[in-house]
Amino acid sequence: MKKSGPSQPNLKGTLISVMAVGVVIVVMWVCIYLLYIVRM
Amino acid sequence: MHLHKYEKIWLGFGVIALIIFLSVVGVSAFAQGHAPSSGHMTIDPEKVRETAPFDQPGLHKKEDGTYEVAMIALTFGYEPSKLQVPAGKEITFTLTSEDVVHSFSIIGTNVNMMAVPGQINHRTHTFKEPGSYLVICNEYCGSGHHFMSTEIEVVEQ
Amino acid sequence: MKTGEIAAEDRKVALFNLGFAYSAFLIGTLCGLLQVFIRNDALKLPEWLDYYQILTAHGLLLAIVFTTFFIFAFFQAGMSRTLGAFGPKVRLWNWVGFAVTALGTILVVVMVVAGQASVLYTFYAPLQAHGLFYVGLALFVIGTWIQGFSLVGHYAVWRRNHKGELSPLFAFMAIATIILWVIACLGVVATVLFQFIPWAFGWTSGINVELSRSLFWYFGHPLVYFWLLPAYMAWYVIVPKIIGGKVFSDSLARLSFVLFILFSIPVGFHHQLTEPGISSFWKFLQTVLTFMVIIPSLITAFSMFATFEIRGRELGGRGLFGWIRKLPWRDVRFTSIFIAMAFFIPGGAGGIINASFQMNEVIHNTLWVVGHFHITVGTPVAMTFFGLTFWLIPNLTGRRFTKSLQKLAFLQIATWSIGMLLMSTAQHLLGLLGAPRRTAYTGYAHDDALAWFDGLLTNHVTMAVGGSILFLSAVLLVFIVIQLWWLAPKADEQTYEAFPIAESDSSMTPRFLENWKIWIGIAFLLIALAYTIPLAEIIQHAPPGSGRFQTW
Repeated sequence: MKKSGPSQPNLKGTLISVMAVGVVIVVMWVCIYLLYIVRM
Repeated sequence: MHLHKYEKIWLGFGVIALIIFLSVVGVSAFAQGHAPSSGHMTIDPEKVRETAPFDQPGLHKKEDGTYEVAMIALTFGYEPSKLQVPAGKEITFTLTSEDVVHSFSIIGTNVNMMAVPGQINHRTHTFKEPGSYLVICNEYCGSGHHFMSTEIEVVEQ
Repeated sequence: MKTGEIAAEDRKVALFNLGFAYSAFLIGTLCGLLQVFIRNDALKLPEWLDYYQILTAHGLLLAIVFTTFFIFAFFQAGMSRTLGAFGPKVRLWNWVGFAVTALGTILVVVMVVAGQASVLYTFYAPLQAHGLFYVGLALFVIGTWIQGFSLVGHYAVWRRNHKGELSPLFAFMAIATIILWVIACLGVVATVLFQFIPWAFGWTSGINVELSRSLFWYFGHPLVYFWLLPAYMAWYVIVPKIIGGKVFSDSLARLSFVLFILFSIPVGFHHQLTEPGISSFWKFLQTVLTFMVIIPSLITAFSMFATFEIRGRELGGRGLFGWIRKLPWRDVRFTSIFIAMAFFIPGGAGGIINASFQMNEVIHNTLWVVGHFHITVGTPVAMTFFGLTFWLIPNLTGRRFTKSLQKLAFLQIATWSIGMLLMSTAQHLLGLLGAPRRTAYTGYAHDDALAWFDGLLTNHVTMAVGGSILFLSAVLLVFIVIQLWWLAPKADEQTYEAFPIAESDSSMTPRFLENWKIWIGIAFLLIALAYTIPLAEIIQHAPPGSGRFQTW
């Protein structure tokens, strides 16, 4: 895979958006995991 | 196949998150004994009440000081229909069904077990707080499914 | 009038599938409306009708019938559009397949209406429906196989005539989905043919319940990907064209579909995490495989945002998020699917939770699960299908999707979104409080259960409000469908609804991605790895079989 920095499209917004999706996934998962622990 | 730099970051983040999730539940399940209910013993579904421990449904104290509850699920209720257990003690629920598939789910706890005819299910739980716990069947079992419930009285000893 | 995009004969079979799909949709959503009222004790059904009958119909008609008929309509139209008109054999077998699928469906519905099959769409043994119910299920699957294989035949002809070329992305994805479906159905066909039918007709006396459950879920999980992949096809292939862009990455799109073939099947045990008969080791192994199938969805999430951002920047969007404002929000064909995608974010996240081994105990068979599939199949998939419907029906009928119908369509997706948001949020939260799924009015006399009826969001009433809005939305959609089918003005050259297929640059795509033999081979290896030993144990240590129970 060759370096092609300038030819890559600008996807900063995409990165932030998917990371927001990642945060939703992690937060929801942690909440339910904590609920599991509390009810143990 | 060409990956954008940010896509590598994203997939790296995602895969690491998934590995962490799996490690957390894996360690908790296999190193600390918090696996979901399971069991490998089978039983003749037509001879449930002649087979130990279901010939004596209810609470039994075992030699090691822990407790076992033999529980039969049936349309549309449970045997025993009333149950009193001690708080703060480890209790193993041993469950089967004598007809169709049911569940034995104690609201407010993680005890949520399937009762499958022919199979025996186990789940260990310690009630921290005394009080009355609602048990319901959350697997469809017929016209009276929504009436299938009982209560567990957890008492201080 | 220009309607030459898809051959007239091919349009007809797609339209018949669509008609069947939307008939099922109307009845199925009506059943849903009745359910939320019964659960609130706000409605009493007449003697001859039972809650669980309606629940069975709701599940079957929406999750199975609406989705499957719609998917085949979409595939038939899209394959004819991208690979050229069907030959006479392909066309004939598509009709035969449609007829068999329809016959199976009618048989199943008759049995449910007759009160002979209130077994819900999972039909868990040893609940025993009338034997013809299972015959209907078998016919349904066989019919989809005939339609599927005839599309594979169409594709094979194209490949023969285009040696060394990669097929168009739409066709590639449709074939991947059909492969997934055929392999998945092997499980349900095995249990229905060899366990349920002989047992229901009394030729055998007992049934191995745990085996039947395992075979069902071998089918049951890839089933949800059979719903999702056509939606993903719309996201990858249709949406970029609608917004005027291109497919972000042809190779990643194909790779994600290949990963779905590999990892969506050997994962069924994550629906059986709390039951006996399967050891924790095998349950956990399939949990790990389940997590593998999340990766292609992560790839898809990135591809979607990237498609939008690149197009938005082309249109002059600046800064970090300026591109969002440039997207064609006034085009309901886009907005509907965008909302569908947004719903899949919590939907997918919830799915990860459900599959997380012991955490499954928190939500298993609670209302959470109902909430979950309403924000996976019920919105991301269903609303994507709505978004397709808005142009697919006029494309097939040669009518116009007029401005006033577009406004109605906006109202329709808005009401669906609001209704679903209310209903599924309530369901998720009630589930966490322990409220069970699949019950009629839940009047348990206990404080914990009374809490399911107060609270703002954690309330069965909220659920019913959401459900009512959803039904209004469904009626609106059926009204739009009828307009687009028979009543809207005929289109001319300018107003003709095109079948949007985005350009996808496959010049850099590795050819081996379309070598199906490799992927099918690996898929079967993974299935063998995940299932051989646990299924052998279930068969070897089988308890005496269960008898027949009709408890409804």
